[in-house]
Amino acid sequence: MSEHHHGHDHGHDHHHHDNHFTDMEARVKALETVLTEKGLIDPAAIDAIVETYETKVGPRNGACVVAKAWSDPQFSDWLKRDATAAIASLGFAGRQGEHMRAVFNTPETHNLVVCTLCSCYPWAVLGLPPVWYKAPPYRSRAVIDPRGVLAEFGLELPVEKKIRVWDSTAELRYLVVPERPVGTEGLSEEELADLVTRDSMIGTGLALSREVAR
Amino acid sequence: MNGPHDLGGQHGLGPIAPEKDEPYFHAEWEKRALGVTLSCGAFGAWTIDESRHARESLPPTTYLSASYYEVWTRALQALLKRHGFLTQAELDAGHMLEKGTEPKRTLRAEMVADVLAKGGPCDRPIATPPRFAAGERVRTKNFNPETHTRLPRYARAKIGVVEAVQGSFVFPDDNAHGKGENPQWVYTVVFDGGDIWGDGADPTLTVSIDAWESYLERA
Repeated sequence: MSEHHHGHDHGHDHHHHDNHFTDMEARVKALETVLTEKGLIDPAAIDAIVETYETKVGPRNGACVVAKAWSDPQFSDWLKRDATAAIASLGFAGRQGEHMRAVFNTPETHNLVVCTLCSCYPWAVLGLPPVWYKAPPYRSRAVIDPRGVLAEFGLELPVEKKIRVWDSTAELRYLVVPERPVGTEGLSEEELADLVTRDSMIGTGLALSREVAR
Repeated sequence: MNGPHDLGGQHGLGPIAPEKDEPYFHAEWEKRALGVTLSCGAFGAWTIDESRHARESLPPTTYLSASYYEVWTRALQALLKRHGFLTQAELDAGHMLEKGTEPKRTLRAEMVADVLAKGGPCDRPIATPPRFAAGERVRTKNFNPETHTRLPRYARAKIGVVEAVQGSFVFPDDNAHGKGENPQWVYTVVFDGGDIWGDGADPTLTVSIDAWESYLERA
């Protein structure tokens, strides 16, 4: 690493950094090496899995579902009745999206999704979950102090708005359909999808207004 | 299991701290950990329920201080050893020392797209009709098994209302321990925030869980 030779000597050997693995780097590397030597895993399969979730399966899938539900009342009804089939009709299915349920925000009720027991999350429509979704602070507080949780996301709901928390304790995976922002009549599904954030489909945010999205 | 994973309602775990424009991975090893875990899942040697139980069985200090992919990795090591695919000596050496268990299948790169697209549906038909109907009041059972369960502690011995019958699914409490899939009906049960958290609960709050039939009795 040539940038280590700029003459500022901190009194320890910078060259060691090239070979310095953290505990987890070393642990995972050992695991992958042993399993590869045994023929149990294919490193190229791991590359393919990572590529899938980095480039193919992400929140845009869910945003397309929501945009279609906003634009097409028939699809919206189908999504309410049988989210798994309705979502699959758009080509989004598979691991951690085998059994889907869509829950719709209304003027009266805001929906929030959590998995207090692990980190159940609808991968097929939202991709891999963010760190905070999987971490103890969110998992502990979403069910007991949802307003406090939402405030940390910068979302202050009116006091009279009811909060419905869905604890994903079985194999059903939840997709929140946020309310359609006002002033979005005439937008295409593609333009509407730009307003749908990942957080709005978990319930820790709202859909963006047209102005903010610009 | 009353393990460190059963977090609903616990206090003192700190702020949530959402990260703006969060990347999918925070380190290269996390990518490998995800891929290795999914690849080993494809062996068909254990169920998702057994792997969840392996994670919640980590020592609480480890579970609560580890990042998520660290939890996955440590639990995966335990599963691989338990099922004879590798030994601790091999993990220590970082190399294969002996032949281990033969898996039912291994995941090759060309199979990845199909396997991810297919997922692992766990709905199963059952012959008996559902015992409860939407609108019925139910009480969750009070139990504290040391084994795996998906009834969170905060929702035990509580009265709620069945909102929907969701279908019949593999029963994780058995399936995690090699006792078979034994599918049961699953219900969405809604609780009033005050019935769960008592005084001081948000008056507008309702919380629901998805509960297997054997978690419930008529109220």
